[in-house]
Amino acid sequence: MDFLNDWGLTLAVFTPAVGAALVMLCPKGNELAQKVIALVTTLVTLLWGVLLLANFDFDRGSMQFSVDREWIPLINSRYELGLDGIGLPLVLLSMLITVLCVVYSWDHFPHPHNPKAFLTLMLILEVGMIGTFVAQDLILFFVFFEVVLLPMYFMIGVWGGPNRQYASIKFFLFTLFGSALMLVSFIAIYFLSGAESFSIQGLTELARTGDLGIAKGTAVVIFGGLFLGFAIKVPMFPFHTWLPDAHTEAPTVGSVLLAAVLLKLGTYGFVRIALPILPEAAVEWAPWIGLLAVIGIIYGALCCLAQKDMKRVIAFSSVAHMGFTMLAIASLTDFGINAAVFGMISHGLITGMLFFCAGSVQERYETRDMGRLGGLLSQAPHLGWILGFSAMASLGLPGLAGFWGEFPAILSVYEPGANMSLTVFRTFMVIAAIGTVLAAGYLLWMYQRVAFGRPKGEFEHAHIHDLHRPEWIAWTPLLLLIVGLGIFPNLLFKTTDISVEPLVTSVFAQPVDAGATEAAR
Amino acid sequence: MNPTINWHAIAPELIVAGTAVVALIADLMLPRDRKIIGPRIAAVGCLAALIPVITLAFQIGDDGPISMFGGAYVVDGFALAFKGFFVLVAYLTLLLSLDYIADGDYYQTEYYFLLLTSVLGMMAMASSRDLISVFVALETISIPTFILAGWRKHDSKSNEAMMKYFVIGALSSAVMLYGMSLVFGLTGGTTNLAEIATKLPELGVTNDQTGLWIVAVFATLVGFFFKVSAVPFHNWAPDTYEGAPTPVTAFLSVASKAGGFVALTTVVYAAFPGQPDWWQPILWVLAAASMFVGNLTALRQTNIVRLLAYSSVAQGGFILVPLAVAGEAASSAQALQAVVIYLVIYAVMNLGAFACVIAASKITRSGEISSYSGLYQRNPALVVVFALFLFSLAGIPPLAGWFAKLAMFRAVLAADTTSATVLAVIAAVNSVIAFVYYVKPVRAMVFGELPEGIDREASARVSPALMLAIGTTVILVVVAGVVPAIPAWIGETAQLALG
Repeated sequence: MDFLNDWGLTLAVFTPAVGAALVMLCPKGNELAQKVIALVTTLVTLLWGVLLLANFDFDRGSMQFSVDREWIPLINSRYELGLDGIGLPLVLLSMLITVLCVVYSWDHFPHPHNPKAFLTLMLILEVGMIGTFVAQDLILFFVFFEVVLLPMYFMIGVWGGPNRQYASIKFFLFTLFGSALMLVSFIAIYFLSGAESFSIQGLTELARTGDLGIAKGTAVVIFGGLFLGFAIKVPMFPFHTWLPDAHTEAPTVGSVLLAAVLLKLGTYGFVRIALPILPEAAVEWAPWIGLLAVIGIIYGALCCLAQKDMKRVIAFSSVAHMGFTMLAIASLTDFGINAAVFGMISHGLITGMLFFCAGSVQERYETRDMGRLGGLLSQAPHLGWILGFSAMASLGLPGLAGFWGEFPAILSVYEPGANMSLTVFRTFMVIAAIGTVLAAGYLLWMYQRVAFGRPKGEFEHAHIHDLHRPEWIAWTPLLLLIVGLGIFPNLLFKTTDISVEPLVTSVFAQPVDAGATEAAR
Repeated sequence: MNPTINWHAIAPELIVAGTAVVALIADLMLPRDRKIIGPRIAAVGCLAALIPVITLAFQIGDDGPISMFGGAYVVDGFALAFKGFFVLVAYLTLLLSLDYIADGDYYQTEYYFLLLTSVLGMMAMASSRDLISVFVALETISIPTFILAGWRKHDSKSNEAMMKYFVIGALSSAVMLYGMSLVFGLTGGTTNLAEIATKLPELGVTNDQTGLWIVAVFATLVGFFFKVSAVPFHNWAPDTYEGAPTPVTAFLSVASKAGGFVALTTVVYAAFPGQPDWWQPILWVLAAASMFVGNLTALRQTNIVRLLAYSSVAQGGFILVPLAVAGEAASSAQALQAVVIYLVIYAVMNLGAFACVIAASKITRSGEISSYSGLYQRNPALVVVFALFLFSLAGIPPLAGWFAKLAMFRAVLAADTTSATVLAVIAAVNSVIAFVYYVKPVRAMVFGELPEGIDREASARVSPALMLAIGTTVILVVVAGVVPAIPAWIGETAQLALG
């Protein structure tokens, strides 16, 4: 137990790094050994995650398993890790998805094959993902945030589709631009706060007590830098243009990791860093974030309706779904942030699943053009049903996880926190609600064109294999979780709320109830 | 009257000078087939010079800085850190040169003699605290490198490289000397940096004299701007870098550039700390111009060496950024640390990148980036390491370059002035632009297809000396990136003894 307290998080972050080194040392010819090492590493990492979960104190909202060691004394940046109710589900999601990706890739590595490099990159990616969710020092956070970039760049650039070079560099440049300004903002916080510290918890505490010496006008500008860094990663409209390209060109596993985990780094940054450290600036920015979020919801949905490529539909649906998450964050309420974290997890599970399906469809038909596809249900019924199930989950069918990401998000802006304008946010709410209708439209439309009817001419007599074993193994946990969280959303809400509540309520004024706030304004 | 000489304090310089002479004499005495002895003597000499650097470090840790020759030559933390830095850079350059020079059927030992002489100038520069000794040190750095740049004497590009470098170098030396003479006259007859700093407030510079002072300071700094190839004094760099032998290019872009920065830093910190208005705006403009011109021009390069040449112009701009706020009380200390940290990290990653260029060009027999296409399939290890150096130069964590950039941002934001913040944003934008060209060779090597007619099994070996150089630098780049406390410690140790 003590061991887990001191070393649990460090091991969780760096076990994949050890695995990556081992895979790299493997002889090139011995693919089985490479795959086994990768699988064992990701499973051991997941095991650390499960142990952390088992020893997690669900009654305590503060950081647990904290580590605080000297790292760069010159700038007072420390090796500070910690896990709370917000980080825990995201860490577990990252660990689980990586295991499933290794399993899924088992015997269909995309062209040009080379499992050694592919698995090494995937493991390095895992280090960055887990590290970002547990880092409690701004500089450490920045480093992990960036570690993610290179593996994904190569994953898209080497194993991607025909337009991979363009997509990969676009992905990289967008994110790099955001993170450069984010770093400048971090250092500005360091100096201007007077704390000369990068500790996220320390700065949050200062902000809570009102001792963070940053003037409001300056804080608004610094928030702008953080906003760019995180909003590009989410991605929010109008910074989303890298996403459809990256998703379309990435190999299946790359798309899954990108959608399931990487986008969450952005939203997580808002929840963990931007809002708690610069709350006053957040209040100024929130209506604008909300506006961009609802534009994203509608714009993403309309773009979906204009696509021919299955993967592009799912990519644009991500823009729309992340819009709901950002809208919930912009509400600045306890309820909204909980909804946002739920939205992150459910989007991760569901969109990850949709990309798996799209990848499997492409592997069988060698196209994702919905105009050429059709009759999936008759040729590969299991795959067809699972695609349908995921589409239903994604459009927010009650009883499945997607509902709890979407519905509370919309509800949360009915009563925004911090005494923000009711009219503005209720308008957002109505627009977002229209977005859910559109979501049902484009997802069902996609499903209809891919799965219903008879196979089109060229595939009429094609022999289409239904699900392989690795696909079953990789998908079952996701499907179970989608159902499980749909039926017992409280499993997750309970975990996140213990940490969200203290983070939000002491900083932003919370709505008491509808009548009272109405009267107060 | 003879000056008292502290032999221990100048032991590192004496060892390097002695090694250079011994190598040259040994070459004359030995028969032709044993000429290989030259580089070996040079390498041993470089490492031997580290010993007194270390013992001196302990001594000044106990007794404080040593000052000699009327304060013209000082051994302090700053001087020792850079002396150690220069001999290590010289050692790595020797490793890069070994096969290149031996293959080329050129004079060998003379090459190493000139290289060590230039290093001697750099070590002297680290200790110089007087305009005269700064000038002598700068010329000792430059003159051997003029000859080295033209080493491939049968190649017209190499001749052009030397000529351009020499003419512009001589011109800027002349301007610098003129500036120094103005300073000498205006202060009423002193060349000692510390004395200039103490005399300036007493002189009571009037408003109509300020213009002349600015001319004097600017002209003095021009010689250093040329060495660090800051825009608009960079025109020689791309042609010289391309024409010179690649190991010499590596040496110019790292050691010679660092020598210029050492001079710039000492003069600015020791002589004019109280008059930031005279030089900060100039450095601001030069920093911004170097970053933009270097990066934007690098985008269009198709030759790897020219690409790295412009990259080095841009990196010089990043190093100028902290110096542009070095006069502010709030950021002065951080700026000095940032310059040292940046130079140390830049040296390691740039030498590593050049080592990879030498190795890769030997395989593909060309410096064009297009010829690197598909190199990953022939030698994946080399390509992975090469990519690490390029990404480090771009500043992607967890490779060392990110910490250099962080130190730079920290210094400039500590100043907390509007102009400093604007410069920080310019630097941030530029680090994104830089990525576009750093990734270009990587894309060719990793994503590109092998050209027709080249067998992926064909030999693509790297010589042992190069492997040693690449191995050392790559370990340093990764370790310094993950444990930035190491370069940070160097930055803290390298304190200038002022006043």
